[in-house]
Amino acid sequence: MEVGSFTAFLRSGRGEKTLDFPCWFGDNNPFKSNDFNVFWEPILRTIHSNAIIAVVKKMVMGANYDLGDDVIRAFEKGLKQEASPVGRAVLNTLIENARIAHDEQVPICQDTGMAVFFVEMGQDVHIEGALLQDAIDEGVRQGYKDGYLRKSICDPFTRKNTGDNTPAVVILDVVAGDALKITAAPKGGGSENMSRLTMLAPSAGKKGIVDFVVKRCEEAGSNPCPPVIVGVGIGGSAEKCMILAKKALLRHVGEPSPDPELAALEAEMLEKINALGMGPQGLGGTTYALAVHVEKHPCHIASLPLAVNICCHASRHKEAVL
Amino acid sequence: MANEIKITAPLDDAAVAKLKAGDQVSITGVIYTARDTAHKRLVDALDAGQPLPFDMNGQVIYYVGPSPAKPGKVIGSAGPTTSYRMDLYAERLMEKGMKGMIGKGMRDKKVIEAMKKHKCVYFAAIGGAAALIARSIKAVEIIAYEDLGPEAVRRMEVEDFKAVVINDIYGNDLYDIGKAQYRVAK
Repeated sequence: MEVGSFTAFLRSGRGEKTLDFPCWFGDNNPFKSNDFNVFWEPILRTIHSNAIIAVVKKMVMGANYDLGDDVIRAFEKGLKQEASPVGRAVLNTLIENARIAHDEQVPICQDTGMAVFFVEMGQDVHIEGALLQDAIDEGVRQGYKDGYLRKSICDPFTRKNTGDNTPAVVILDVVAGDALKITAAPKGGGSENMSRLTMLAPSAGKKGIVDFVVKRCEEAGSNPCPPVIVGVGIGGSAEKCMILAKKALLRHVGEPSPDPELAALEAEMLEKINALGMGPQGLGGTTYALAVHVEKHPCHIASLPLAVNICCHASRHKEAVL
Repeated sequence: MANEIKITAPLDDAAVAKLKAGDQVSITGVIYTARDTAHKRLVDALDAGQPLPFDMNGQVIYYVGPSPAKPGKVIGSAGPTTSYRMDLYAERLMEKGMKGMIGKGMRDKKVIEAMKKHKCVYFAAIGGAAALIARSIKAVEIIAYEDLGPEAVRRMEVEDFKAVVINDIYGNDLYDIGKAQYRVAK
């Protein structure tokens, strides 16, 4: 016999709904829960690891063959402002190189990089099949093999090559929603070697920041294959600061920070770096850096962390949303 | 490129003596590749009194780890790697007759001094112009350390390989010269 009812508020992958459930005493409950069953679908969206593997494979190949339009436009802008004829010849060569790489679908640079991925995973996503890291590694393995990309990863002591360019570096952020955004950012060793982290005293202020970044570029000189993009992280903890500096490189080349204070800092540093006279390839000129990108994050009251991550002109990224 | 100097590899002292920092060169002939771990092995072999896998006399060493060749090609992309990592080993190879190095980036003062002493030049190719540079490489053969993959030592036949002299045997450094010319005084 029915002794009452209750109302349930349900939320599922299909949305939200209110359902009345009878409370029944004894056998032969007449309530058919079809309403509930039809409505029920897990909130989590399932993405199979095979989809991740396929998209990673495609991105690592594409990133290494096709230089972004933003970089080409930055070269063209550099051509207009470069004072040195040798510097202009270098920029023209780089434009030609990018065209050949695109037309022949071969790597822009033989150093096809350590495979770095920024992943923004919606917290309503469930990955089925393989672990996220394993799926990305498999995509890297397939892409570097089938794409004739160089395998550049080795044991730090024995220097034995892992043979398939794995493991990838995966930087994971969990965000709202049910999408999985993956950005492939392969990075060459020559420019990565020029990275630096320093923990400034808060008293160093903006001047200390500018001085360090400019000096770092001067020390890096021709090593990181200028014209470069300079990624700068300010604040956070030590490791957060390094991630900020690398993340800054993902922005379209030359797109200023939306924060006017940071945009001004970017412009000031760009001018000072190019005034050093090092130019394209460090052979002399006025276009050492194509852009400076700054990202900031709150930091400890005792600290002013500052990280520099210089990217060569082959600034390679591809993005996919699953 | 205007005023381009054509040179043939391997090099001899007379050819090296003619080159000045800032000269644009076109290299044709045979060069050998070696980078980080290959250099360590070459110098380890010298330390152990063993022969090198090729005669170093007159050779030009290209600091490169090429990407794999696609079917029908002799090589993948093949631009220079950063040279300072080979600074520790460079003089040992100059003592064995090395006459040229191709890479990118600045060299240590000790290496520049050794270049004067042993008559060896340092060239830069355009870092990152790897798809273009590959076109000047006509034949490739791995001759040592195959287990190192991209770091194996390769014998390359090159034609019209473009480079610029950074350090000549007279102590000039194009990086310093170029920078001084365009530096905006503070």
